[in-house]
Amino acid sequence: MRRQKKNAFWIALAAPGIIWLIVLFIVPFYAVLAIAMGKLDQLFESPVAVWNPFAWSSENLIDVWRDLFGSAAFAGPILLRTVVYVAIASLLSLAIGYPAAYFVARFAGRRKGLFLVLMVAPFWISYMMRMLAWVDLLQTDGYANKALSWFGISAVNWLGGKPVTVILGLVYGYIPYLILVLYAGLDRIDPALIEAGRDLGLGRVRTFMRITLPLSRQPILTGLLITVLPMLGDYYTNNLLSGAASTSMIGNLIQGQLGTPGLEGQGAVLSMLLLLVLLIPMIYYVIATNRSSQAAS
Amino acid sequence: MTAPTAPAETPAAQPAAAPTARTRRGFRRNPWRHPWFLEGFTWLYLIWSLVPILIAVLFSFNKGKSQATWQGFSLRWYYKDPVNSVLHDPQLHAAVIQTVRLSVLTTVIAVPLGVAFALGINRWRGYTASTFNFVMILSFVIPELIFGVAMFFVFTVLFTSVHLGTTAEVLGLVTWNVSWPAIIVQARLVTLGRQYEEAAADLGANRWQAMRRVMLPLLGPAIFASAVLVFSGVIDDFVIVDLLSSNASNTPMSVIIYSTQHGGNGGPALNALGTISLVMSFIIAIIGYLGYRWLTRGERGSGIEALTTIAGSEG
Repeated sequence: MRRQKKNAFWIALAAPGIIWLIVLFIVPFYAVLAIAMGKLDQLFESPVAVWNPFAWSSENLIDVWRDLFGSAAFAGPILLRTVVYVAIASLLSLAIGYPAAYFVARFAGRRKGLFLVLMVAPFWISYMMRMLAWVDLLQTDGYANKALSWFGISAVNWLGGKPVTVILGLVYGYIPYLILVLYAGLDRIDPALIEAGRDLGLGRVRTFMRITLPLSRQPILTGLLITVLPMLGDYYTNNLLSGAASTSMIGNLIQGQLGTPGLEGQGAVLSMLLLLVLLIPMIYYVIATNRSSQAAS
Repeated sequence: MTAPTAPAETPAAQPAAAPTARTRRGFRRNPWRHPWFLEGFTWLYLIWSLVPILIAVLFSFNKGKSQATWQGFSLRWYYKDPVNSVLHDPQLHAAVIQTVRLSVLTTVIAVPLGVAFALGINRWRGYTASTFNFVMILSFVIPELIFGVAMFFVFTVLFTSVHLGTTAEVLGLVTWNVSWPAIIVQARLVTLGRQYEEAAADLGANRWQAMRRVMLPLLGPAIFASAVLVFSGVIDDFVIVDLLSSNASNTPMSVIIYSTQHGGNGGPALNALGTISLVMSFIIAIIGYLGYRWLTRGERGSGIEALTTIAGSEG
């Protein structure tokens, strides 16, 4: 009796949040599913949601399958390109971010605060402002080309659909998140472990390889996830820095279908498929962060 | 929220090898020498990450129409130009107001919702509680586009009485941001343990009094940090508001910058808009940092910890 009363208090506290999540998180995903498995209103070219799972149609699924793997597939290359761009961009972010985070966590000494402020600053600058900065620099008469002209290199049309520009934009956009995760992970490594490695005669490189690197595996993985997940849903970076069909990614495809009458059902299918693929890494992330927060407390 | 670990070793303070043995090779062998290469690399990264933004801010003060060539200083794009300045262009003007409106509304709704959720879920042990906690964390990591698509469809197909616009934007943003307070407050609850609550109960407080007089003050820093994160998160948000806005009166700054530049009508007025949003975020960050330091003034904790907390790391 008392136990029940005790629980009722906590249930009442959690209830508004739970109801909110049901109505505005779980139901919306069922709506996407109902549209993905729904039909098309031929007259208005608007999607018709089918709420009853027994009446689901595979119309949209077949269309998407044809786009992805059929004879005139245009979405297949987009998918492949997305994987390549995101892989390059996230590994590049790691290659740049790890040394910087490592330096700040281990060697910054009394200037740690200064380095951290500068490192965290992009986190507080709106993403669009940061992209706008590159749009300015990379214009044909912009500073990037002016700098190149000193070396006798003629002007490059950076914003005219260059894969390099898109990858640069992705790295620039998401690296602050990665660095922050890496820093937090590296900062937590007990310096005594590293000193022990030194005392036992390991050189700097081998101490790093044997101690620091294995201990930073977890932050590397979660940091990569935190950059890869949003990159896969990114369409704005690409649109601002290239806008060409030759560099478009899965995010561009979904966003484009969302605004096109008749294609919205396929957009729903694609976003559901993307969710399905990402569910495993997402669950891994949830479990990993749970474990580390329990270990920390 | 880990206890601050010992500060990193200060290489400079370490005695170097005996001066006579300080040949160049000896220097290289010294395991405590300062890693100049790494430091240089870090500085290069910081320059690459911050100088473009400084240049973009600079161009908001450009006299001419170019975003690429400096033509002299003016405040034309902020308020002097009677047509195209942020103050006088109705669209840009409305965008600033809409961003502030969305940030305030979202913070006011999401923070109490998330804090109550965290308290309830943390103490109510059971299958239902852990399931919804999982859903909450899932909403934290799901790519924003996938979430935005779901929001777009639910408001255009199911809850059609909620038209695209401010209401839809706020509902979407609250759902997207409610995980900040929910996660950060739970992390704080775990570190606090139950002893404070039990002590309050032993001293005769009922549950509601224990919550209001003991737990809420102890959770103050976490609640404050999450409010700062939600507020600045909304200023920065793009995907959800892009998909859920319907016309110029409910389009915030991020979307205006994107759509105008993407539409080929860019100009320094957009840089001015971006600079305004940057200043807004920095003000929030400074308030957040000072406020967090003040709220945790009795505790063992460093400025560095406050800095990473209000940036959302290790909440």
